[in-house]
Amino acid sequence: MTSGGEQWLDREAGPVVRPYALIKGRTRPPSTAPGLIDVVTAAGEAGYLVGLGPEHRRLLSLCRKPVAVADLASDTDLPLGVVRVLLGDLRERRLIVVAGSADQDSSEESVLRSVLDGLRAL
Amino acid sequence: MAFERYEPAAGLAAAPIVTKLLIAGGFGVGKTTLVGAISEVRPLRTEEDLSEVSVGIDDTTTVAHKRTTTVAMDFGRITFPSGVVLYLFGTPGQERFWFMWDELAFGALGAIVLADTRRLADCFSSVDYFERRDTPFVVAANHFDDSPRYSHSQIRDALDLDLDVPVLLCDARKRESVKEVLIASVAHSLARHRARATLTTQRD
Repeated sequence: MTSGGEQWLDREAGPVVRPYALIKGRTRPPSTAPGLIDVVTAAGEAGYLVGLGPEHRRLLSLCRKPVAVADLASDTDLPLGVVRVLLGDLRERRLIVVAGSADQDSSEESVLRSVLDGLRAL
Repeated sequence: MAFERYEPAAGLAAAPIVTKLLIAGGFGVGKTTLVGAISEVRPLRTEEDLSEVSVGIDDTTTVAHKRTTTVAMDFGRITFPSGVVLYLFGTPGQERFWFMWDELAFGALGAIVLADTRRLADCFSSVDYFERRDTPFVVAANHFDDSPRYSHSQIRDALDLDLDVPVLLCDARKRESVKEVLIASVAHSLARHRARATLTTQRD
């Protein structure tokens, strides 16, 4: 959308296709939409891509390695809400798996401790 | 096309441990500067349906064609050698974006309320929010060249903070200063987490 090809408009002009056109006017993420810093990974099993748009495919190609939802929004320059809706679609088709903080192997205390250690060592 | 399949890369990499801190405070208090002083800054925006967001706040009758509004967010990322990734999210300053806060605050390690001593009232709503939500937070007064020098206790009194809420003075432009604020915030969250764990154990 914003990369490649001739650019007649600079980025400040905004996207030529309004972001919500990409998600067909859905403004509220579906229940399958991942959270802000949930980590998404392309699913181990191959799935069908029929009916998915280029943005879906782009997101899918970017999460071959685990990546946080906010990073995907930043990397693609798509609005966060739009990315969450698109990822919800991919999740419904079992093309991605989503890991939230509750799925992480560490306790809250160990996360706090490792962040504290990390900050002190900066 | 109809049978196109997506084959993922072989072998799934281990998911990183990700967590987040919130940076709150009034508009123009230095949240963007603070995030940029300590972390890699990344562009992040969200786009919201204006008609839902601003009922009663914006008069949309004059701009009936504009249905959505773009909100740029402060977004930083620090990746530690241990593999843990800490995200910093600046909460949107304007009150009409409050609906986003619950999502931002959900699962956050804690919050930093950045205050400008020239207009402390701007951070009342952030303090209220985190108190009500029971999110551990610290208050960091960002020093501006023309800001009056207040003591920690004066700031604490002015904001009516509980005694256990750490209050710091900082310079959001300086990395070392911001680092101290982040450390204080996470240390406070850890102390509170441990205190609660002890309470729970005693009750059992």
